[in-house]
This record gives sequence, structure tokens and C-alpha cells, in this order.
Amino acid sequence: MLKIYKKPLKREKVLKKWTDSIPNSKHGAFVTFVGIIRDENNIDGLSFDIYEPMVKKWFKKWNKIAKKNNSKIYMAHTVGDVGLNEISYIAGVSSPKRRFALETIDKFVEDFKANAPIWKYDLKNGKRVYAKDRSTKISGSGLLS
Amino acid sequence: MIKVEFLGPIGKKPMTVKAKDLKSLSKILKENKEIKKWLKISAVAVNGEIVKDLKTKLQRGDTVSLLPPVCGG
Repeated sequence: MLKIYKKPLKREKVLKKWTDSIPNSKHGAFVTFVGIIRDENNIDGLSFDIYEPMVKKWFKKWNKIAKKNNSKIYMAHTVGDVGLNEISYIAGVSSPKRRFALETIDKFVEDFKANAPIWKYDLKNGKRVYAKDRSTKISGSGLLS
Repeated sequence: MIKVEFLGPIGKKPMTVKAKDLKSLSKILKENKEIKKWLKISAVAVNGEIVKDLKTKLQRGDTVSLLPPVCGG
């Protein structure tokens, strides 16, 4: 389950939706990761661009892995501005057993950071500045240079 | 014609070019100074799939996307 929101995420609302959609009573484990905007570098918040068609494709790969293991994977992300202490990203894995859920959330969040087509900007003094130094080149970058 | 789109912080409007493969597209894009500096750090997708081979052929109607370094979360 993947959803892009135009506002900061409401943790209770998103988690309730996911919990209610857990496919059957056999999922005994539900692990979530919540990404909160922290106060650093004098920013007023962060802002995000998302290339939806490719995020969907990227997410599909993880859906397949989850399905193969009778599990389910969830992700919500905000496009646009998110203020300090607000939530921009929530990921989750529900599974019959805890091991798959715990291990998969780790791999999923790391792969998300490295490969999901999402761009981050600092909001500072009314400006939106690309967080280039904190961004990761997608594997295969530089092909056309 | 091939559509080329520049994602995220590159902040350029899409353009259409004539190119038979990625190698010839590379030549065309390098002529533009603004674009050239992004090429080194950008990944390339053809119709939404990341590609890693410069010999990748292009066909009329294909969309090529340039993806600069990412950071979600």
C-alpha cells in the first residue's frame, strides 16, 4: 500500500488505516518506521519532490517480495513542505512472524533512501535549497556524462 | 522524437530531441552547459526504468528521465 500525501502525515490516521487493512488475522507482527523532521542547521522545515510513476514502480518490487513471504508492505510520504517535528515519511511491514517484518523494514528503508526518486530541500529563510550533500546518487549515475 | 525530462532540482522544462540511442542523446545534452553539470551525478531512466547501458536504443515516443541524487524520508 503506497500513498503520497500533499500535507504532513498524521501518524494515528495513517497507522489506523494500515492496521485496519492488514489482510488477515494471521499477521502477528507489524513494524513501522516514522520519519520526523528534526531541528538542525537552522532550517524551518523540509520540502520534497516526488516522481510518482517511478516511485510506484520501485514500490512494486517490494510488494512482490512481501507477497512472496505472505507479508504486506506500506508506505506514506509527503510531497511539498513539512515543518519541524512534523512527519514526512512512514513505512511499515506486517507479517505472520516478527523476523521477516523486522529485517524487511530495515532493508526497505535503506533501499528507499538510496533509490526512491524523491528529492529533499531545506526550507531556510523563505528559500527552498536542494539538500545535495545529503543525497545519494542512484546506482548507474553518470551514464550520459 | 524523444522526450527528455529533468527531474527534481534540475528544474528545467522537458525538451524533445532526435536521438537513436543514449550515446547520441549524451552528445546532444552535453552541448548545454546547464544540463552538462547534472549529467555526471544523474541516473537515467527510459520509460520509467533505470538503464545502465549507453548502447540502449531509443524509439520515437520514448521518454528519457534524468534523476539527480535522491534523498527521501
